[in-house]
Order: sequence, then structure tokens, then C-alpha cells
Amino acid sequence: MEIILDVTDLHIEFHDSDTPFVAVEDFDLMLGKGEIVGIVGESGSGKSMSALAIAGLLNRKSLKKSGRIMFDGNDLLTCDRKTLRSYQGDEISIIFQEPMTSLNPVKRIGWQVEEPLFIHHPEVSKENRKFMAIEMLRSVGLENADDVYYMYPHELSGGMRQRVMIAAAMIGDPKILIADEPTTALDVTVQAQIVELLKKLNKERKTSIIFISHDLSLVNQLCQRVIVMQEGKIVESGRTSDIFTRPRDPYTKKLIAAIPRIDLSRDDKDNE
Amino acid sequence: MKYIIKKFGMMVATLLVVSLCVFLAFNIIPGDPALKMLGTEASPELVEQVRAEMGLNDPVLVRYARWFLNFIRGDFGTSYNYKVPVGSMILSKIPITLTMGIMAFLMTVIVSIPMGIVTAKHENGLLDRSITVINQVIMAIPPFFSGILITFIFGMILRLFTPGGFVNYTVSFGKFVRYLIFPAVAIALPKVAMTVKMLRGSLIDESQRDYARTAYSRGNNTNGVLYRHILKNAIIPVITFLGMALADMIAGSIVIEQVFSIPGISRILLTSISNRDYPVVEAIIMGIATIVIVVNFLVDVIYRIVDPRIGLEDE
Amino acid sequence: MSKVRKDLKRNIKSNPYLLAGLIITGLILIMTIVGIFWTPYEPTAMNASEKLKGVSLRHLMGTDNMGRDIFSRVMYGSRITLLIAIGTVAIGAGVGTIIGALTGYFGGMLDEVMMRIIDALFAFPSILLALVIVSVFGTGWIQLLVSLGIAFVPSFARIVRGEVLRCKNMDYVENARLQGVSDFRMIFVHIVPNIKGVMASSIMIGFNNAVLAEAGLSYLGVGSQPPYASLGKMLSDAQQYMFTMPSYVLFPGAVIVLMVLGFAFLGEGISRWK
Repeated sequence: MEIILDVTDLHIEFHDSDTPFVAVEDFDLMLGKGEIVGIVGESGSGKSMSALAIAGLLNRKSLKKSGRIMFDGNDLLTCDRKTLRSYQGDEISIIFQEPMTSLNPVKRIGWQVEEPLFIHHPEVSKENRKFMAIEMLRSVGLENADDVYYMYPHELSGGMRQRVMIAAAMIGDPKILIADEPTTALDVTVQAQIVELLKKLNKERKTSIIFISHDLSLVNQLCQRVIVMQEGKIVESGRTSDIFTRPRDPYTKKLIAAIPRIDLSRDDKDNE
Repeated sequence: MKYIIKKFGMMVATLLVVSLCVFLAFNIIPGDPALKMLGTEASPELVEQVRAEMGLNDPVLVRYARWFLNFIRGDFGTSYNYKVPVGSMILSKIPITLTMGIMAFLMTVIVSIPMGIVTAKHENGLLDRSITVINQVIMAIPPFFSGILITFIFGMILRLFTPGGFVNYTVSFGKFVRYLIFPAVAIALPKVAMTVKMLRGSLIDESQRDYARTAYSRGNNTNGVLYRHILKNAIIPVITFLGMALADMIAGSIVIEQVFSIPGISRILLTSISNRDYPVVEAIIMGIATIVIVVNFLVDVIYRIVDPRIGLEDE
Repeated sequence: MSKVRKDLKRNIKSNPYLLAGLIITGLILIMTIVGIFWTPYEPTAMNASEKLKGVSLRHLMGTDNMGRDIFSRVMYGSRITLLIAIGTVAIGAGVGTIIGALTGYFGGMLDEVMMRIIDALFAFPSILLALVIVSVFGTGWIQLLVSLGIAFVPSFARIVRGEVLRCKNMDYVENARLQGVSDFRMIFVHIVPNIKGVMASSIMIGFNNAVLAEAGLSYLGVGSQPPYASLGKMLSDAQQYMFTMPSYVLFPGAVIVLMVLGFAFLGEGISRWK
């Protein structure tokens, strides 16, 4: 399998207070083309930090980063900002946990979905941009894409907004889509729909996905490989099926044990 | 559209309440307007006759309705002191005060928006910190004092204008506007400082929101995020403030007209207050209040255009 | 106590706004308070042989066109200005808090009607509203104080109403309600003390606006009447001598500026308190 992203020894430190805080330590990740990798861990485990670093969104001055994030022959940690920006939204896209606040409230949906094209492919004509945006909105499952194109974020539900976020992230046909807890803020039924959508996009477009979640059952449904993180460190990684059937790390075992299992609990009741 | 109709209705309601307050305020003043018009030597019969003619014997609400309807039609009553229609006294002065207020407003917008952007962009940099301190000082200077200082520095020392050399717009509009530049600066100064402070804070707040991060993730550079995303959101609270500032500036011009000896409505207002020439005072106060209320309505309309979330519950 | 002192010390070191605010406000207050008991000269005493004298040891800020000592008059004037500003804020915040708390808490018709009136008054720039009231009640510093106080009611009422609306549905208020606390107690014991942060900053801003508004109105001649003068009135008297005796204009003006600036810095410093 062709490796498109190679992260080695990623290290992130905060220097906001007197004692530096290490958010991520010795993080490694290899992502193959068309692969879906899950990163799981509780909040504060460093999974989102790693994702933001890969997306090039950690630029605060009080932050220290080391290691390497190799993509397309460049190290995203050290390359100049212009090169980094040329990837952002075009080759590497990201969607966030909060679809309610991640869209600009005063801009129309169409404008926001088209923006990556506008920035990275100015050669595309206005009409074509609109055509592509509506096509994209349709393929993320928004049936009335022609109307949605002219709407504002507050006119859409959370699930629809997350679909819009995905449409904007996918319109440049990126090599990598980072999904940072994309379903956490959504209803359970909508969660499943979004996961199905990501699966579909991965299959159709061969987009590699980094799926970050604290929900192991979602990761199990979606990811071929999984990385388990705790307190900034990777405690275990491997094929999803292996880790689910034979977890070695005690923390992973705990996480797996914590998954609510509806089928089992029903069995228990029958036994009573 | 419903939103605008609703706001229009509220504007009319506010106008009615304001006019009623103004009318009642000047009606509880002791003293007989008929007597004021005729002077104390007039015979009681004559006074009674004039009272009847003026409709002063009617109930308060009838008198209010008559006064209000006349006001809308442009009939502001008769001055006690000069025995001439109030309209003829103030109408020619309104353009002076209004031009000055609008000039000050335009200066405020033109200067403070770029300055707010620059300070927010270089948050905590040297330029930002110096502008913040200078702004604090400017906000502490009453406009009439800065007016006096401006007269002294730019008028008397640098001789960029002639203090007291006001030229009316009927004589030469160019010279009229040129004379008003410095008074307008005096009015605008504290508003510029406040607007810069507010826009800066608003821009910094907005730059920390999730959608700004989304904008960066799409490959926007700092300017792209600022101008394409944050600015429009950050300007929304500033619009409200600017609306109130415009009203304040029109009222503030009363003081500034005194400083620069501009024969706008301020002088008539002040002499009428000290002479207790109430019809004139009433008309001027109502006139300014009307402008302020209409401005507030326009702000609401602009709001609706800028912020798509406004007025959603009405549509 | 020592902790408070330690906090203050640390903040003064790291927070130049706080230090500047304390120094400026302190100086103005000392000057004003001393002025109650002692002034170098009688503020109203004229002296024909000492007209429009410049700065000297005999007259620290020079003399005015009637030979009165400007420093003594500034000391007296800042007392009037401060008194009016404090009175204005007291009336505005007091009445405003009561109206805002009652309308916000009870809502309904009362709220609707009061808010329309407040909105209508709010449409008036405070200087204009004060002018209306002064023209009704006549000129003088007490009238000015009352006028400005009334003019400041709407903004306080609005702020308090908004805060009360926000607090009304909070858990601790619900809790108190379940325990059968009376409405009156609820408003003034449970809710109002919880909005003191917002109130403190509004009072600071209100105080500065009051000083500026008083100065403006006194400049127009509707405030304190001669021979006593507030700072604004002194400025309007001084304006025509600006070229012959700049100190006559500059000192009263500078005191107004420092009064407002000191308080603004203090407010800024407190907001950055760590």
C-alpha cells in the first residue's frame, strides 16, 4: 500500500503556564492511501492535538512542536506557511466536533462549500464552482442541495451542518480527511448516518481518513487500523479486529469493556 | 420583510412615547403660555380669549394630539419671544447641525475601522499598545475641551482655519464644509477611540471562534480569515454602537457649536431654554429625537442585511 | 489582610493601568478633599490688581480675568463636579436597578410598558434629556444633578434587566424559589448581589460619562451658577482668554481629563486583575 502520510516522533508542548505541559509524546502514524485509521482515547489524551498538528492548525506561539509530519515530500512542521496553506483544504481537510459553531454564521452555505476551490483553484469559473458545490452537497446526502446552497448555517440542523462541513472538506478531493470527533455532538441516529457517509466517500474517492473518537464502537465499524492514546502517549496500535479481540494494554481493555453492549444486556435479562 | 415592518411599528411607537413625554414635560411647567405670549400687562379678558384661541382649555390629550399632528405637518407652533413660526427659526439651521454630525460620523467610520483592524491584527504589539493608551486618553477629553484645544492649536497657532469665521452653506458650500471639518474632528475624536476599542475587542473575540479555525483549515491566510470571515461577524455589534454614536454626535454638536461659534440650532436652543421659549425648545428636542429614532430604525434594517440570523422568529 | 496587600502589590507591579489609575485618582481625590477644608485663596475672592496672572508661586495655576486664584477655584470646582457625578450615578444606578430588577423579574405588562418608556428615553442622548429636564426645572447644580441622574436611569435599567433575566432561570434561584423565598427577598438578596460584577463596571463607565456630561452641560451654562463654578463652567469662562492666558483654560481642562482618565485606568486595571 502506498504511504501518503508518515508522522514520526511527534511531540507537542504547551508553554502557557510556568511548567510546560506535554500534550503529545512520541506519536507515530503511517497512513496508507484509501485507509481509515482510528485514534481513540478519552478527552485530554492528545488525540485531537495530534490531528490539529497534522492539519497544520497548531500555530500558537506558546506551543513547541518537534518530530516530523511527512506529506508529499514535505515536513509539515518545518515547511514554509505558504506550502502548508497550499495543502490545507485541498490535499488535507479536516472536520470538527462542533458543526454548530464551525461554520461561519453570516455566510451562505454555498459560499462556504466553494471556498476551498476559490482559494486553491481560482481557474475554476464561478458557474463551475457552483455546479461542483451543489454536486458535492448532493453526494453528502443533502437532497435539496439547490436550496441548501443559498441557506445560512442557522437554517440547518446539526447533522446537516456536519454534512455541509464534510462537503466543504471534500470538494477539493483531498488525499486525507481528518475527522475530529465528527459525531460527538450529534444524535445517535445521525451519528450512524455520518459514519456511513464517511465510509461511502472513502470507498468512492479513495480518500484516506483519520477518524478521531472516544467511541470505540464507531471506530470498530469504520476503521481498519486503530491507535489507542492515553495521556499524550500511544499505548497500543494495530488492526482493529486484533485489538478488539486481543487487547494487550490494560487501558485498552478498560475502554473495550466500557462499550455499552445492548445485545449482551438483553441476554442477561433473559437469563434472570 | 416582516421584521422590517415590526421594527417600523416599534419606531412609530417609540416616536409616540417620546413625543408624549416631551409634550407632558413642557405642560407640567407652571406658567400660562397665553400670558407668556401677551406679557404680564395684558387684560384678563384678552388672556382668556387667547387661551381659547390657542386651545389651552382643551383636555391634555386633545392638545397633545393637535400638537403632534401639527408637528408631523411641519407646523411647530409660534415662538413666545419672537412671535414668529418656530419652523422659520429652526429649519434653516438644521442643515448646519446635521452636516456637522454626519461629517463627524463619516470621519469616525473611515478612521476607526482600519485602526480597529490594525490594532487587532497586531494584538499586544507596540502599535496596538500605544493606540490603546492614546485611546484611553482621548476618551477622557470632553469634546468641547478638545474643541478649545483644536481652536487654539489649528486655528490660532497653525492658522489652518479662522476661529469664528463660519461661512453659511447659502453663501459657499465649500467654505461651509471646510469650516466644519475641525468642529467635526472634535466631535468625532472620542467616538473614534471608542469604536476602535470596540472593534478591536470584537475582532479578537471572533478570531477565537470555531469558524475561524475552519477558515484556516481551508487554506486561508491571516488576511483571508480576517477579511473574508471575521470582519463581517465582528462588525455586527459595532453597527449598534455606531448608530448610538451618530445620535450622540448630533446631540454633542450642541456643545461644539458653542465652542466654534457656529450659528446652528444649538444657539437657538440655549437662548430658548434660558428665555423659557418652550415651543422652540419642544420643536428642537422633538426634531433631534426624531432623527435619533429614525437612525435607530435604519440601524435595525442594516442589521437585518448584515446578520442573516436576525429576525428569524418573525419570518 | 496580608494576602490582600500581597495581591495588590503583585498587581501593581504587573499592571501599569492599575498603578496609573491609583496615582491619578488618588491625587485628584486628595486635592478635592483638601479643598473642602482649605484653599490657598477664597475661590470667589476677586483681586483687581492680580487679573490674568500666569503661573507663579503665589498662584500655582495663575489667576482668572477677575483676579481669582485658579488653583483654589479648581479645588472647589472639582468638588462640585465630583459631587454631581457621584449623585448622578447614585440616582441612575439606584433607580435603574430597582426598575430593571422589577421589570426583569416580573415581566409581563409592566415590563412591556416600562421597556417602551425606557427605550424611548434611551433614544435621547443623555445630554439632550438633561437639557429638557433643566429647561423644565431651571438651571443650577442641584437641578443638573437630578437631570443627569434621570438621564442615566435608562442605561442602568437596561443592563440590570438583562442580567436579572439571565439569573432568573439559574439553578440557585430555582432552589431559593422552592424554599419559599419571597419575591422581594429573591430579587434584592439573591439576584441583585450576583450581578455586582456587571454593575461595578457599569458604575465606573457611568461615573466617567457623568463627569463628561456635567462638564458639557456646565460649559453650556445650565449647571452651577456664578460666582461658584464647576470645572466645565470655568472652561467656558476661560475660552475667550485662551490666547492671552492659556493656563486659564488648560488647568481646569486638564483636571477634568485626569479625573476621567484616572477612573478609566482604574477600571481597566481592575479588569486585568489577576
